[in-house]
Amino acid sequence: MTRNQFISSLPKNLFAGFVVSLIALPLGLSLAVASGMPATAGIVSAVVGGVVVALLGGSYVTISGPGYSLVVVLLTAVTTLGGGDLFLGYTHTLAAITIAGVLITLLGVLRMGKLAEFFPASAIEGMLAAIGLSLLVKQFPIMLGLEAGSGNPLIKLFKLPLVVTEFVQSAPESVSTLAAGLLGIVSLVILLFNSSIRNRYYQQIPSPMWVILLAVGYSYYCQLRGIESTIRPDLFIQLPDSVESMIYHPNFDLINSWGLWSVAITIAVIGSVESLLSIKAVDNLDPQRRRSNANKDLRALGVATAISGFLGGLNVVTVISRSSVNVTQQANNRSSNFFHGVFLLLFILFFSKLLNRVPLSALAAILVYTGYKLAHPLKLVAAAKVGKEQLLILVATSLITLSTNIITGIFLGTLITLLSHFVITKRPLLFLLHLFQPNVLAFKEKDTDSYYVSVKYFCSFLNLFKLKSKLDAIGATKTVVIDFSLCEFVDHSAMQTVENYIASFEKKGGKVSTIGLDLHGASSSHPFAVRNLATENTLGSIEKLFSRRQENLSKMSKEYGWEYCAKNQPIDPSLYQFLFFETKPIVQVYNTLVDPVSNGVVQDIVFNEGEFIARESARVTALTIKLESHIPSFVLDKEGLLDRLNAIAGLGDLTVEGHNYFNRKFHLSGSQPDKIRSLFNKELIFLIESSPIYLIESSGRELLILKKDRLLSPTEVKALVYFGRELIETLACNSISSNREISN
Amino acid sequence: MNQSLHQYNPFKRMLFGFAFSPSLESNLHEVVRLAEFFDSELILLHVGEKTEEKQKKVNSIVAATAAPSRVSEYHWMPGDPYTTLLDSTESLSIDLLVLGAVQHESLFRFYVGSVARKLTRSVKCSVLLLIKPAVERVACKHVVVSGFKTSTLPNTLFQAFYSAQCLGANKATIVEEIANKSVKVSIDDDRSLIRSLRKKRVLEAEGGRRVAELVDQLPAALTDSISVQNQAIFGKRGYSIGHYAEVTRADLLVMDAPVKTSLLSRIITRDIEFILSDLPSDLLICRAK
Repeated sequence: MTRNQFISSLPKNLFAGFVVSLIALPLGLSLAVASGMPATAGIVSAVVGGVVVALLGGSYVTISGPGYSLVVVLLTAVTTLGGGDLFLGYTHTLAAITIAGVLITLLGVLRMGKLAEFFPASAIEGMLAAIGLSLLVKQFPIMLGLEAGSGNPLIKLFKLPLVVTEFVQSAPESVSTLAAGLLGIVSLVILLFNSSIRNRYYQQIPSPMWVILLAVGYSYYCQLRGIESTIRPDLFIQLPDSVESMIYHPNFDLINSWGLWSVAITIAVIGSVESLLSIKAVDNLDPQRRRSNANKDLRALGVATAISGFLGGLNVVTVISRSSVNVTQQANNRSSNFFHGVFLLLFILFFSKLLNRVPLSALAAILVYTGYKLAHPLKLVAAAKVGKEQLLILVATSLITLSTNIITGIFLGTLITLLSHFVITKRPLLFLLHLFQPNVLAFKEKDTDSYYVSVKYFCSFLNLFKLKSKLDAIGATKTVVIDFSLCEFVDHSAMQTVENYIASFEKKGGKVSTIGLDLHGASSSHPFAVRNLATENTLGSIEKLFSRRQENLSKMSKEYGWEYCAKNQPIDPSLYQFLFFETKPIVQVYNTLVDPVSNGVVQDIVFNEGEFIARESARVTALTIKLESHIPSFVLDKEGLLDRLNAIAGLGDLTVEGHNYFNRKFHLSGSQPDKIRSLFNKELIFLIESSPIYLIESSGRELLILKKDRLLSPTEVKALVYFGRELIETLACNSISSNREISN
Repeated sequence: MNQSLHQYNPFKRMLFGFAFSPSLESNLHEVVRLAEFFDSELILLHVGEKTEEKQKKVNSIVAATAAPSRVSEYHWMPGDPYTTLLDSTESLSIDLLVLGAVQHESLFRFYVGSVARKLTRSVKCSVLLLIKPAVERVACKHVVVSGFKTSTLPNTLFQAFYSAQCLGANKATIVEEIANKSVKVSIDDDRSLIRSLRKKRVLEAEGGRRVAELVDQLPAALTDSISVQNQAIFGKRGYSIGHYAEVTRADLLVMDAPVKTSLLSRIITRDIEFILSDLPSDLLICRAK
């Protein structure tokens, strides 16, 4: 970006930064309070995060500040590290945050931007759900103006109805609880139904800010009516008056204790994972489709965390919800992150009196809502749709996280995922044997501008980074075909990642398609379901288990009026008329597509080469067209590309006079040279030369057209059908003109 | 057969160590056919006792092959298969050792190693590993050759094209594996991606030119009627070419001999070990004499 562009986009970014700061303010305050720290700690972290990451970061439209994933960890640290003394605990926790900042910077320096990729998708979902649940149960009583209490979040979850009864019983007696509780409930209602209020002016202000305005408005209302605020003073947030009193410094006395370090390591690992996931997600939102430098961003976040910890703030992470608001407000560079920090600083300097009128129950409502979204019951349904094992992983991970801690949760969740893969494939050796081996081949196909990526053995979260690094090195403007036919097992994380690549390539003008998954057994009909070649599809129910390619083929057929059938078809013996199949027993024919215009049939054909121990099965997508009139039989092939001619003896290369390029590039043969030469007139040669290179074989009554020694992607199928139509038309004109010649 | 071609024969003496396994018949048919194609003398060696019955069996199979006269010597030597074969390649001045191999290695054999693979690593002559011998000929159409830059590459290309020509292949792909390390650009964002793509294009063109020059220097009799293609692959050396041969369903893969391998290289698999553990096709490992 040039300097001029930067300056001209400043107003836009300034405004986006302002809107984001409106959300960051209530969130920062509530996250800090929920972490057992002074409310300003959240603001410190957002200010430091905004400024430092904007200056040093490697992403474009992300917003950094305090995150939700470590709230419970920090709260526990504050209460335990100080041995009961909350302020002491707070300063010890600050030390842990500062150390974590250094650790995160190190992760960035060591280029560990891949860290988040080693955790399976469902385990991460499970961890987030657990974080959401513990936020929810912790903040729910506070939202109702009651004491939070401590204890295992799992037990508290079951006691949630008791909290409601407690509120109903105590509210009539205590006006303070009633007022705070009602304010909390109204705030939650605003947040829950925010999106269904379709008023343009209302939507100008983000919903958390409405909650703050409501709370402040209520307090002014009380003041105007001349009544003392009905809510007890200790149920309000307390902000200091000056900047100096916002700043606290860490206490490193516990530097030699494992307790401090375990907190620091948890913050570093979970904070990095949260940030990396957010960075990746935000990259998909960026309208300019820029790719963030995750390692550079991680370094910046580490530095920001260390500084924030040193100044009394929470750890700094990249936050997804604030970033997405940033994108919707049309921010286009890091300056909006910077401005969001500056605005927050101004708010806290000039409006701290006003903010002191916000009761804790309203802030708690914001976190209850966040928790609810993270642990939404629909997530269970979504996981169950992908497969039973995903549901199991998700639930097990969250239960473990709730009853132990985040780190144990995510690691055991990963282990459970691995075990589930062992069970599904029944072949743990498949994973153990090939774990450290490369399994991805990527190269640019000759004669085309597309890339071919083949994956072998297995593809799961364990080695997904190998596939990703190959895809990342291609550039999203290209066409890529990913072939899984040599890959015996593809897990949910991999399917989801490939799906993300399909989306991101599409947005940049490229294209990713997958082939070779049609024969894999799937655990459900979901597109991200685990694929396993060992439990080969019971082909009867193939429609239920459509792969993405099959779905696209089916959609395409509807669009263009083709008949599509995914099921296995009886093998048409006329296929053996073709020299191509003469020595290749056909095993299976499926994914049949009939184009009524040309009468052409596109099929995926599985055939064997060689027999017994030498047997190898291969797949090809071929178009066959029955001809109305008889033409000479011939084989046309790119010179040297697929020489199937070993089978026919004595048939040399035919040349067509006057077409040197054609003669050089193609290999034409057949038993009736003269007839073939007259068939290959200008039009036909022009069509063949200007189309993608196909192998064309005529058996006299039928044509066989195929492109490569592999299955074709839906786009390639489209091109194949089109070529078939053109070819038939050209041949028809051809025979009319030759008939005329004969009759003449 | 073709005199102008066979004057270049680098495989004058072929050795095949046979065992009385169920695949003996197809193995013998295959090697005799190879000797005929290569215009080589075939020496058959059995590690074990010579008995009337065994001898009869071998003779009857050889008699049924396409060119029984190619078999010039029979040797029966008792002893350890590995050392016997290893020593015989030198004492019988063999140019090409032919071995039958199992396509996929099990975990146990992967670390302990089969005789065939052990020999591949240590003999001083070229080695041909056959994974799918057949009584009837399966045509060899596509040969994939490693074009990795080593001092012995000219020799490897020579042997590769000689074999391709003799076997009647009409397509040879010279694969140059380029380690990602040599691109020297780590891809973090769009700018570094563009730089790396540019660097890759340069490396690819350089490699292509280098290989083309070497192919041009080969005698015309070895290269004519074979269409030569270059393919650059960015990836792990030794692995990518095997995977490439598998997806393109090559019939013969030709590689340079490994410099030296140790047990460590099997634990941290690298170079030729990738291919040995999972053979994609018949494999010819070339060594200069």
